[in-house]
Amino acid sequence: MQPIRLAIGQIAPALGDLDRNFALHERVVEGALARSAQLLVFPELSLTGYFLKDQVPTAALQLSAPMFRKLCDLSRRIPLVVGFVEEDAGHRFYNAAAYLEDGDVCHLHRKVYLPTYGIFDEARYLASGDRIRAFDTAFGRIALLTCEDLWHPAAPALASWDGAEVLICPSASPGRGLGREAPFGNAGTWERTIRTWADLLTTYVVYANRVGYEDGACFWGGSEVVSPGGEPLAKARYLEEELLRADLDPGLLRRVRIANPLLRDERLDLTQRELARILRVRHEGS
Amino acid sequence: MADLTLDCGVVRKVLTGFLANEVRKAGFVRVVVGLSGGVDSSLAAFLAAEALGAENVFGLLMPYRSSSPESAAHAELVVSALGMQSLTVPITPMVDAYFGGFPEADQVRRGNKMARERMSILFDHSARLAALVLGTSNKTELLLGYGTQFGDMASAVNPLGDLYKTQVRQLSRDLKVPQAIIEKQPSADLWEGQTDEAELGFTYEEVDQVLYYLVDQRYEIADLIGRGLFDERIVRAVSRRVQQSQYKRRLPVIAKISSRTIDRDFRYARDWGR
Repeated sequence: MQPIRLAIGQIAPALGDLDRNFALHERVVEGALARSAQLLVFPELSLTGYFLKDQVPTAALQLSAPMFRKLCDLSRRIPLVVGFVEEDAGHRFYNAAAYLEDGDVCHLHRKVYLPTYGIFDEARYLASGDRIRAFDTAFGRIALLTCEDLWHPAAPALASWDGAEVLICPSASPGRGLGREAPFGNAGTWERTIRTWADLLTTYVVYANRVGYEDGACFWGGSEVVSPGGEPLAKARYLEEELLRADLDPGLLRRVRIANPLLRDERLDLTQRELARILRVRHEGS
Repeated sequence: MADLTLDCGVVRKVLTGFLANEVRKAGFVRVVVGLSGGVDSSLAAFLAAEALGAENVFGLLMPYRSSSPESAAHAELVVSALGMQSLTVPITPMVDAYFGGFPEADQVRRGNKMARERMSILFDHSARLAALVLGTSNKTELLLGYGTQFGDMASAVNPLGDLYKTQVRQLSRDLKVPQAIIEKQPSADLWEGQTDEAELGFTYEEVDQVLYYLVDQRYEIADLIGRGLFDERIVRAVSRRVQQSQYKRRLPVIAKISSRTIDRDFRYARDWGR
């Protein structure tokens, strides 16, 4: 891993207005460059807004679409993580996050776990991704996991076992439930979750949440960069737009992994055997 | 008992942000609010003044001849505390003219008519002032259906609809709504001596707790009764009211003919294109 001067664009995208949101991305890129960032992370569905419902097909982009190519071009100035709705050749729509670098797609993550309960309705409109992969960048090995993906322990574990040194989680989390320490109940759960994954998987976790309102739902912000030891290194304000800066130090990753060699002691063979057994039992029904 | 205490600093910020955002997205800068002198409309006005500036909040006082003079006095307290513009439009001539043709009407019909008369004046002022109508119904009354459909339940933007009545009081104290308004007996003031709690048959402290367990915590009725926190009669009465008033919280039911029917399989956010 190389040192990373990272920025998170904690923005409030407009619902379904891609032109306006692209202009917002351009402005945030300027801000990130002015603060000498080397990598800029945007929240989930940063180009489209979140509660799209029947707007999904209208807001969707194939990777060849001019708007998507414009985003790629923007990554010539600084590597970017952006969120958008991807339409594949079979006209399936994905909640996608792309790592863009030097004008091209370095990695595309299609959200795997689509929340479809409570306030959420994603699986009604979107297809679910079928892979979780870490990938190599100029800075080191990174994985993208979108919002709800991080609430399924296997997802961050897989990404980390695949060698990720930095887990980047673009998110669009609407606040709900009475908060005691954080502004909402679920915000507190998020903060415990990302710090726990960082701690137990000994990776950096970059949590990029959005702000703003859609139909009365309030996205709570509070984006955060967590050290491999589980300590917040940088924390954005709740409920307000912000450009958050943090420096990711490879030396810290090394020191944490020396002190806490959990990844060294992982038993993937055992995990695989037991998982195969559990699947077999579930399938055969006893 | 469940702790329904709000973090007022956060909730205040969320609600004022919500008002500023949703009013702007709808293409407006102003709101108009019916001031009854009660805690709900007072809090709504205080929140709107904080979000939009008092100069962008317009209050309407719409007394009927039987309305308590205290209601108007309390509404005036809000107007002067915020330094906002206001206007009094008595509804007695319109309501009395109508019931001249229906002298047998009972107080429920008369009360509903008054609520809808006020609604029609509010929405006319929405056009007159280019101002969105501010909703003042709280979560307790929305869930109980304790409001007039197309009357006081009608609005364009409602900051209070996810706050229980006891939370409205807590937040009102935080925003320094005049004490007399927070402490008085809640009343729809549709007829003399009417109070919410006498009409409902339980106190807001009780019903907010029951609703919180049933709605927010998703307790089954039998499980909640089994916990022994509340009288069985109250739990059953509250859940019956919630169920029976469901229609008031929805659009009118539409007979399905086409392949895309509004609100069934034609689904867009209200903020569509905003």
